[in-house]
Amino acid sequence: MEFRVFDLGLVDFQKAWQFQRKLFTDLKTGSSISTLILCQHPPVITLGRLADKKNILASKQELKNKGIQIYEIERGGDVTYHGPGQFMAYPVFNLNHFKKDINWFLRQLEEVVIHFLSDFGIRAARCNGLTGVWVNRQKIASIGIAIKNWITFHGLSINIKKDDLNNFKLLRSCGMDIEMTALETVLGRNIEIESLKRSLIQKFKEIFLIQEVFDDQSCLTRIRRGN
Amino acid sequence: MTKVVLPELGEGIEKATVSYWYFKEGEKVNEKDDLVELTTDKATFNLPSPCSGTLTEILFHEGDTVNVGEVLAIIEG
Repeated sequence: MEFRVFDLGLVDFQKAWQFQRKLFTDLKTGSSISTLILCQHPPVITLGRLADKKNILASKQELKNKGIQIYEIERGGDVTYHGPGQFMAYPVFNLNHFKKDINWFLRQLEEVVIHFLSDFGIRAARCNGLTGVWVNRQKIASIGIAIKNWITFHGLSINIKKDDLNNFKLLRSCGMDIEMTALETVLGRNIEIESLKRSLIQKFKEIFLIQEVFDDQSCLTRIRRGN
Repeated sequence: MTKVVLPELGEGIEKATVSYWYFKEGEKVNEKDDLVELTTDKATFNLPSPCSGTLTEILFHEGDTVNVGEVLAIIEG
């Protein structure tokens, strides 16, 4: 099976969200294949479908001062933070061509992250009954998805830069008192997100048994132009 | 009369929470329209309408928990 990858770089959450919905429509109508979007976001807080707004601990003024926007979106899960120190991966995949099983897909995404981290010698794991990936009981990757017509959107975030972790204090991530960690914190050295991209794509290929195709990047050009 | 049943969503998933109805009772729906959104732990799932007709009865409302195999709604048409 084939898939393609769009690397959007640092992009506003809303633009990446719109782009996912466009890809969803294209995939539904058969004019696209399953696609993986890679990106980073300026600071943003998102609320999943059943989120409790009380889990945002910071005041509106505090968030405004920090330039953090809030979006209520259609993914599962509670409240979370995304920022430029996180590596985002949004798989817009047609599960009709994989397996029509929500749990299978969530566990596959966790497996991608676990294998990705194992290349750094990090032993990451699942936490029983919870979705996400943990290192030494601290959360390093979060997952929240939406599925329509068995086509997925939204996805996973991996904490890379340690400086970005401070903003998690503005909320109760996932509605729980979770301690977060980042790849830099675990390794004790600086990591550039750019250097990680091929590795993450490779893990998606291995775990989902898919092959990457390279095609017209015009969609990418359009979104960068802001159209 | 068509019963809208919560289908199998995946291994180990026995129930889901109704998070959004796209239609109200009495409204007309088309086959494959987004009918109802359900939420499990970390995923939302949109159930399309299995047929065209009138949504005559909603049996589980937003916030309710529904088990796999239970009837969510009735469509007549």
